[in-house]
Amino acid sequence: MAEMTEEKLAEFLEPLKEILSRYEKKERYLIPVLQEAQEEYGYLPEEVMKEIALGLNLSLSQVYGVVTFYSQFHQQPRGNNIVRVCMGTACHVRGGEGILNAIKDELGIEAGETTDDLEFTLESVACIGACGLAPVIMVNDDTHGRLTPEKVPEIMAKYK
Amino acid sequence: MSKVKITIDEQTVEVDEDSSLLEAAKEIGVDIPILCYHPDLSLHGACRVCVVEDEKSGKLLASCASPVRDGMKINTRSMKARKARRRNVELLLANHPNDCLGCDRNNHCELQDLTYELGIKSEDVEKFAGEKRELELDTAGPALKRDPNKCILCGRCVRICEEVQGVSALQFTERGFNSIVTTAFDLPQADINCVNCGQCATVCPVAAITELSEIDKVWAALEDDDKHVLVQTAPSIQATLGEEFGMETGTVVRGKMVAALRKLGFDQIFSTDFAADLTILEEGSEFLKKLNGEGELPHITSCCPGWVKGAEHNFPDLLKHLSSAKSPMQMFSALSKTYYPDQTGVDPEKIYTVAVMPCTAKKFEKDREEINGSDFKDTDAVLTTREFARMIKEMGIDFTSLPDEDFDELMGESTGAGTIFGTTGGVAEAAVRTVKEKLTGESLERLNLGFRGINEAEVRIGDRLVKVGIANGFANAQKLMEKVRSGESDLDFIEVMACPHGCVGGGGQPRPATDEKKEKRGQGLAAIDDTSKIRKSHENPQIIKLYDEFLGEPLGGESHHLLHTKYKARPKN
Ligand code: SF4
Ligand code: SF4
Ligand code: SF4
Ligand code: FES
Ligand code: FES
Repeated sequence: MAEMTEEKLAEFLEPLKEILSRYEKKERYLIPVLQEAQEEYGYLPEEVMKEIALGLNLSLSQVYGVVTFYSQFHQQPRGNNIVRVCMGTACHVRGGEGILNAIKDELGIEAGETTDDLEFTLESVACIGACGLAPVIMVNDDTHGRLTPEKVPEIMAKYK
Repeated sequence: MSKVKITIDEQTVEVDEDSSLLEAAKEIGVDIPILCYHPDLSLHGACRVCVVEDEKSGKLLASCASPVRDGMKINTRSMKARKARRRNVELLLANHPNDCLGCDRNNHCELQDLTYELGIKSEDVEKFAGEKRELELDTAGPALKRDPNKCILCGRCVRICEEVQGVSALQFTERGFNSIVTTAFDLPQADINCVNCGQCATVCPVAAITELSEIDKVWAALEDDDKHVLVQTAPSIQATLGEEFGMETGTVVRGKMVAALRKLGFDQIFSTDFAADLTILEEGSEFLKKLNGEGELPHITSCCPGWVKGAEHNFPDLLKHLSSAKSPMQMFSALSKTYYPDQTGVDPEKIYTVAVMPCTAKKFEKDREEINGSDFKDTDAVLTTREFARMIKEMGIDFTSLPDEDFDELMGESTGAGTIFGTTGGVAEAAVRTVKEKLTGESLERLNLGFRGINEAEVRIGDRLVKVGIANGFANAQKLMEKVRSGESDLDFIEVMACPHGCVGGGGQPRPATDEKKEKRGQGLAAIDDTSKIRKSHENPQIIKLYDEFLGEPLGGESHHLLHTKYKARPKN
């Protein structure tokens, strides 16, 4: 995140302070606070983690440790659409890798990244429980199965 | 406590019901291998190197984390248990650099020892060969170096930093194969709230955290004919160095240590204990003034650079209570480039000052920008006890058979008071000894403040009852400071040491270190004090000469300029 002036930062952190004000300064509230903060900001920028550490009387490393441990927490902004490509066994055997590569090409990002226009975030995930349709991807809550790399541009276009 | 009866390797033993299998086995002399376990820390129970077999169920139990149950039958030596231990260590080695030969911990490594003791062969490890981590090292220093590729995720550093130091600078981050122990955002340890105490380095079983070595710099200075190399040794070194050469913990090796330094080629060999006496005079005078209403009580010591940095991060509002007196190391170094040339005629520009310290934070202290009192860098290099021992070994010196030698004149004499600086309670005791005698002419009975943790005592000085407190271990220090902050504490004088047990438990001391050992080292120092001819700092003849011929008076102009310093607030994280 670009450097902010002190006033800008204070303004930016205003909603977080409100969240923190509702919790006791205890380590056990770290996860709920992180969840609420992520809801508010869409992700967890460094400034937010720092403020949470101060607010709950924890060290920044403790907050960082928890954020990096749980996959639900994100340190980068997330796209409007979340594309999850299954890399489970069934999908892998049926060409999941090729699907992932096709999507990478189409969106111009790697797995774990978000497009500059914040439209798409790409993730590779383990089995999503639709093995019968392998290879499978999910875009937000929609499942797209029996894919071929050729079908990828068409599907992505629907969400732009 | 009620007892339970269990059988271990066919021996029956009665132990407290809250013992672990590991502790029960220890009672009958059965040593089970361990890795993540550390006697002074909470349980982690993750490495499973300590597994034993429950004969009834045939199950393998992690002995460090399994409580005893009445009637248990345990086999610590079964093939099944030994195979499992082996497998667990093999898996660690499969993702380990295994470059032991040039490694900082070669010959001093718990993982290496286990590999040997469990009978693991190279080919056993190769069968698991796979992807290895290649992570960046943190060599930003100035105190510590981290090599996360060597880390076996035992979590000891995480636990000591949180439980004993209350800093939590190191954490487990990420998960699965990517899991590493690191700082927030992987920042260099130098850029965060880490106090450089090195406690993490004393418990790390491998070479993942250790001091940033300055050995090469010191060899270079010793080789340079143009340099006049002075060395000072901190009080605690004489009671810990022997461990590196297989001597009994707590053995005092002052004379051999001096002899070794001469053999290494130092031009003059001095003692930080001397400067500790000087610190007492400056700091004692400061405390006296505060007792007389000039300045705010409590008076808090500042000779521990781990504590000072911790205070700057966490108690910026209390910095005004910290003594402005420099630590003994820095006082010595300032004099080494002013007083020493004044007395000897040696060109100060050629003087190179080395400090042998029990401490990794001293490496940081010497680089503090406001610390220098002379026109030069006061302390040129800081070696830990471990680095010093390595140099002795590299020189091929047979340490244990060295004759006893004496420190050089001018800055080598010390009193019992200066010596006990190296253990918890020592600074407080030394200061109060001098203050009491100066004010009342009466000698002080022993305070015996030196326990691990927080402790308090009262001393009658004239018509006043002075309350003295100590805290060691930074977590304890924080507890005590919270009370000072809230006004709950009515102490007058507080000694703080960031390391548990004080400098004898410092981050640069021989490994492995446990509470038990640190206690013995402290007793070694106390014994020197008990048998010292001079036990009060103000009676040290070399200190008297120093004031007469060079400094003038404690807290005078020259003292103020050379021997006092200031502190600055730092962000909490
Ligand atoms: S840490 Fe120990 S096992 Fe690892 S390379 Fe160094 S000496 Fe060898
Ligand atoms: S040096 Fe001390 S404060 Fe820093 S990480 Fe190690 S134990 Fe924690
Ligand atoms: S750095 Fe050392 S003490 Fe810390 S987890 Fe790794 S191996 Fe254990
Ligand atoms: S492996 Fe892809 S859905 Fe199960
Ligand atoms: S030593 Fe028991 S699990 Fe690590």
